Amino acid sequence: MHRMIARLARSPRSSRITLALTLAGALAVSGTLVACSSDKPSVDANAPVTLDVVGLLPGSEAAAQQELAQEVSDFQTEFPNITVKTHDYEWKATTFAADLAGGTLPTVFEIPFTDAKTLIANQQIADMQSFLGQLSYAGDFNKNLLAYGQAAGGDVYAIPAKSIYAVGLHYNRDLFTQAGLDPNKPPTTWDEIRTDAKAIADKTGQAGFAQMANSNTGGWQLTVDTFARGGRVESADGQTATVNNEQTKAALQFLKDLRWTDNSMGANFSYDWGSINQAFAAGKIGMYTSGQDVYTSLVQTNNINPQMYGLTMIPLSGGDSGVLGGGTMAAVSSKATDNQKAAAIKWIDFHYLRRYTNQAAAVQNAQTQVASKQPVGTPELPIFSQQQYQQYQDWIKPYVNVPLDQMTTFTSNIFNAQLVNEPPVATQDVYAALDPVVQAVLTDRNANIDQLLNEANTKAQRAIDAAG
Amino acid sequence: MSTASTRVRTDDVITRGDPQPARPRPVRRRTLKTWVRRGGLSRIVFALPVLIIFGVFSWWPIVRSITMSFQKTNLVAPARWVGWSNFEYVLTDPDLPTAIRNTLYFALLALVIGFPIPLVAAVLINSVRRRKGLYSALAYLPVVVPPVVAVLLWKFFYDGSTDGVFNTFLGWLGLGPYEWLSNRVLVMPALVVEATWAAAGGTVIIYLAALISVPGELYDAAEVDGAGIWQKIWHVTMPQLRGVLFITLILQIIATVQVFLEPYLFTGGGPANATLTVLLMIYNYAFARSLGGDYGAATALSVMLAAFLAILSLVYFKLTSAWSKS
Repeated sequence: MHRMIARLARSPRSSRITLALTLAGALAVSGTLVACSSDKPSVDANAPVTLDVVGLLPGSEAAAQQELAQEVSDFQTEFPNITVKTHDYEWKATTFAADLAGGTLPTVFEIPFTDAKTLIANQQIADMQSFLGQLSYAGDFNKNLLAYGQAAGGDVYAIPAKSIYAVGLHYNRDLFTQAGLDPNKPPTTWDEIRTDAKAIADKTGQAGFAQMANSNTGGWQLTVDTFARGGRVESADGQTATVNNEQTKAALQFLKDLRWTDNSMGANFSYDWGSINQAFAAGKIGMYTSGQDVYTSLVQTNNINPQMYGLTMIPLSGGDSGVLGGGTMAAVSSKATDNQKAAAIKWIDFHYLRRYTNQAAAVQNAQTQVASKQPVGTPELPIFSQQQYQQYQDWIKPYVNVPLDQMTTFTSNIFNAQLVNEPPVATQDVYAALDPVVQAVLTDRNANIDQLLNEANTKAQRAIDAAG
Repeated sequence: MSTASTRVRTDDVITRGDPQPARPRPVRRRTLKTWVRRGGLSRIVFALPVLIIFGVFSWWPIVRSITMSFQKTNLVAPARWVGWSNFEYVLTDPDLPTAIRNTLYFALLALVIGFPIPLVAAVLINSVRRRKGLYSALAYLPVVVPPVVAVLLWKFFYDGSTDGVFNTFLGWLGLGPYEWLSNRVLVMPALVVEATWAAAGGTVIIYLAALISVPGELYDAAEVDGAGIWQKIWHVTMPQLRGVLFITLILQIIATVQVFLEPYLFTGGGPANATLTVLLMIYNYAFARSLGGDYGAATALSVMLAAFLAILSLVYFKLTSAWSKS
């Protein structure tokens, strides 16, 4: 190649053009060859690799940071050629795309189940199939969960990693007691939630019930409320928006009654996932709905007093009612080198998954977390089989430090409930279309629910059409 | 003309004392060497950094934006040309009329609240005899506070509960509590008040600089004619500031029509789109979708907004130049 360039410099113009074309062709061919050869990863197992990974939520407690640093240290001891750098991270619909487009995401990052398919189609995350195969438990994943991260051809791009959740009702036991309610008998129907919320608001001055409404979380939680009443916001094939259904109307009417008839929802109607957790841990909210695993974040980020925390089932009513379920997948940047991908799968195994399939890893992880006063045993849904999840629970039983006895009305019933996946097409756009509806109901006494939902349905359908 | 006469004189000096009759000098061919020797290269070298910076950070993004407004792209896969479809998509968005209405409402409120306040403050500061510098610094102080910090600070002020700063003060008077950021009527004025507080200082300084240049004799003459303080302001100060006022007015309109920070940080466009502005819509198209932004729609709306502002500025300058002459 060097000789060719030297000839190019000396040759007359016509020959130079010919040579330039030849050179361009040679480069193109060599590029194609490189592209072809990338199908089979060439990994140097001993090459030094620096791996940027997501760490904790921004503002996490020092103890949580310490625990993560210990985990990184243990990992680097096991794999001395890999240097892990952690970055604070919170997935937000409103910032993720900017981070992704700007190239500021770490090499290994986390995404919700609902986003994986589109990121695969957009070639924005790496094909991890050949690397995943190196894990002994690669064939044991819950097939339904794994399918979220698979391309049409079956290759796995995103890997189910953590926070596999069903939505639950989180409640403040202290406020229940102050309001004269029994914290061991949380509400089981929407009417009971309304009654208890009013009691809390009247007797404590705090919000009896709060609802997320910003950054697509308003739409997310309205979808939860719709599922719990037997409705759906999209048709089964995901091609038709159905947000103006009777169950969504009933869910909004419920919020309207609490807000305007009972005045039991406090004064903040712009909560998102992080801010509602913060307000709940600060004792300003009696009840709210969110993923069942949120307790971990409440400890790590909001320093919650465990005594005040309670978790129960979201009330289910109506024929096809179910609990909305979701979760978090680990994905690797499409720009990662093969060596980085090989290192990434080792980190995903070490940080997220190994504990569920290996007793020694489960015990070591639990011991590290207990030593750093981090929560062990927060209820999750199984990434592998329910049997394996139960085995994992047995392994860590001596180390469990979360108040599981304050969550029994959830943990003893969740496996009997129907789990419903999030809307399959343009999920976040449909949620975004519903955000203003929730906000309108919470901030406008005269909000017309029918009209708002019809407008939202038009927007949701437009988003579905655009995604198709 | 002056150049020619200068040349003649120079030639005279050169030929003085020369026994030979003056001959026209052979026209020296302008070569690359002479161009370099005469400073042509250094001119380019001096201009280059500015050209590169403007090119990379201003002109190239403008060109890219216009190009992208006709493309479908996620910045990863190859872009696809889609003609006018991004513009059609944006123009048929049901939220667009709301965003335009909100943006114009913000601009109008900012004009009503935000335009006179710096002017009054500047005139007052200019009229005090002592500690002018202190008052100017105090007026400018909010500009020094980083905008995001300022908004977070004002969020505490606007807390809708009885513990909120404003609600506490109003509670002493038996008023409120008001849900400043959750009430669809109050929210936009609340945003404008914060924006005015944050930006007024800069405009005050501009007005003060202009006021200093107003000749003192004009005030003396007005005083001799029996003018009071308001007459002096109206008949001396305002006409002298006319040029600056025209400029700050158009700058404010351009800035407020592009309002983004306040609605983004205070409310995210809520409640129920009551503070959704055009620029927030552009941001939402590009970034609010976790699954890769619609950069085509975002740039299409950006291009339309830029075109609108360019036309508005042209019309404005045409009108005001006519007024200035009259």
